[in-house]
Amino acid sequence: MLKTILWRIFDAIPTLILVLTLVFVALRILPGDTALAVLGEHASAEQLANFRQKTGLDQPIWKQYIDFLINSAQFNFGNSLSTNFSVAQLVKLNLPYTIELTIAATIIGTVIAIPIGVASAVHKGEWIDNSSRFFSLLGYAIPDFFLGAVLLIVFALNLGWFPISGGGEGFVDKLWHLALPALALGLIKAAFTCRLTRSSLLEVTTKDYVRTARAKGASENRVIYRHALRNALLPIVTGLALAILSTLSGSVAIELIFSRPGVGSMLVGAIESRDYPVVQAGIVVFALFVVFVNLVMDILYSLIDPRVGHTS
Amino acid sequence: MSTINKNQGGLIDKSKKNKKDISLIQQLWRNIADDRLTLFFFFVLLAVIVISILARFIAPFSPVDQSLLRINEGPSATYLLGTDQYGRDVYSRIVFGSRTSLILGVLSPVLAAIIGVTVGLVGGYFGGWIDRIAGRIIDILLAFPALLLGILVAAVLSSGFWSMVAVLVIAFAPRFARIARASTLSLRSEPFIDAAIAAGVSHFQIILRHILPNVAGSIVVVLTLWIATAIRLEATLSFLGLGTQPPEPSWGNIIRDGLHNMTASPWPVIGAGFAISLTVLAFNMIGDSIRDVLDPEARV
Repeated sequence: MLKTILWRIFDAIPTLILVLTLVFVALRILPGDTALAVLGEHASAEQLANFRQKTGLDQPIWKQYIDFLINSAQFNFGNSLSTNFSVAQLVKLNLPYTIELTIAATIIGTVIAIPIGVASAVHKGEWIDNSSRFFSLLGYAIPDFFLGAVLLIVFALNLGWFPISGGGEGFVDKLWHLALPALALGLIKAAFTCRLTRSSLLEVTTKDYVRTARAKGASENRVIYRHALRNALLPIVTGLALAILSTLSGSVAIELIFSRPGVGSMLVGAIESRDYPVVQAGIVVFALFVVFVNLVMDILYSLIDPRVGHTS
Repeated sequence: MSTINKNQGGLIDKSKKNKKDISLIQQLWRNIADDRLTLFFFFVLLAVIVISILARFIAPFSPVDQSLLRINEGPSATYLLGTDQYGRDVYSRIVFGSRTSLILGVLSPVLAAIIGVTVGLVGGYFGGWIDRIAGRIIDILLAFPALLLGILVAAVLSSGFWSMVAVLVIAFAPRFARIARASTLSLRSEPFIDAAIAAGVSHFQIILRHILPNVAGSIVVVLTLWIATAIRLEATLSFLGLGTQPPEPSWGNIIRDGLHNMTASPWPVIGAGFAISLTVLAFNMIGDSIRDVLDPEARV
């Protein structure tokens, strides 16, 4: 077991390097002249040279690449251009808010989705299945930031039940600030997870061991939750990795709607003010997040289903 | 797989098979017309397309004309959804916004499909180390949700129409590449490919004549479903200020402008939000119908 886990972690290293390489290529090659893109067309030659020297853009490309990898490993991205804070400090300030939101939204999404998914698989074709189908169609269509805006208009601006902006201080206050943003993201994710639960549960309910459990006289609840759902979990866990990551990407817009601090609003703000070091760090943080979540899900996967660990 | 099924069908009842092939469109229409909800959204889709083409005649005002004399007005007979903080007619902006959504939402996935499928076909057919590297990069890009990939690429590129197209293409192309590559890999070992090679058919011809037609069905299915995602992605990026730039109207930046002015008038947010949701829902419903016809086994 430990060997499997260690192997997975080891296997993530080349992926990590490749991800950072892609980020590097994107940052240095896609925009053309970075200095010009950041400072604008009216910048003087002196300003451009100064910027290049400050950010290491005057170095040969291979040296920039090596420096980028080393700096990413040490999380050293220099200082923000607009606030002069260290970028690492900015990320440290913002990251907890994004993680809180992602976790809260994923919990809300899963708690809503799994019972609905189970119910619509058990009552396939009945009203509950049809209404859950419509619910998930809506979830696929409504952008999370629009749902967030509606919740904000109704429950914060008009009814005044929840705060309009900020991330909150202390546990209770944080939860209070989290409620609407997490609900907006969670409801949209529930649409996805509930369909997935339904289809993977439907697939296992035709299996022999489910029939055996029924034949042995196990109660219907026991059959569903102990025998069927456990085996249906595997695709749900894979789906969960995807759900966490899409919640993470949804958090960018949601943070903007609710004026919450977070990595997403940090990144968007930095893009607006052309704060290059912060943009770079924001992109790296999101990329690392993706690699990390996939790694954790891989490990979880091999824990739930030992067959997976042996084959690779 | 699908070719084998078709051949077997042909052996058993050839006339039935021919009939099925001819009436694919009819079959799709029957599928849409059978379900009232789908039929309703078919007309919604049609309406959105007509509105975007005839925007100039449908919108009562210019989407960019500002006036200090009519700021933040509520809905009225003249201004159906009121006016925004610059005195622009919200309804006209939403009508013209449909153009941005549809053009970007359709053009980008189509370009992504062309690029992605080409990479997938060539990589899957020839194999080798280039394919292995491309495969690894595709795998990594696929680990990112399309939205996140879009945000990260948009963060790097400057804004503008073609940057937006580039962002959406980069977000979607890997998804097409994987499907095309996977099907090519499994087709590559089919006897009819070996037969074609033995007969001296060029690789280019084999890819074009024998592999592409077998991949096309699943690509079309994915394409229609990704159009819905592309529309949502464009709206999100424009909402974040990374996509279509004002004053050019886009449903995303209408919501962005509206958010700053929400206490004065919620109508821009609500109107544009409904426009996005209805359009995406319509594309999803019709996409599902197309999938049911072209690829019945994939039905969830």
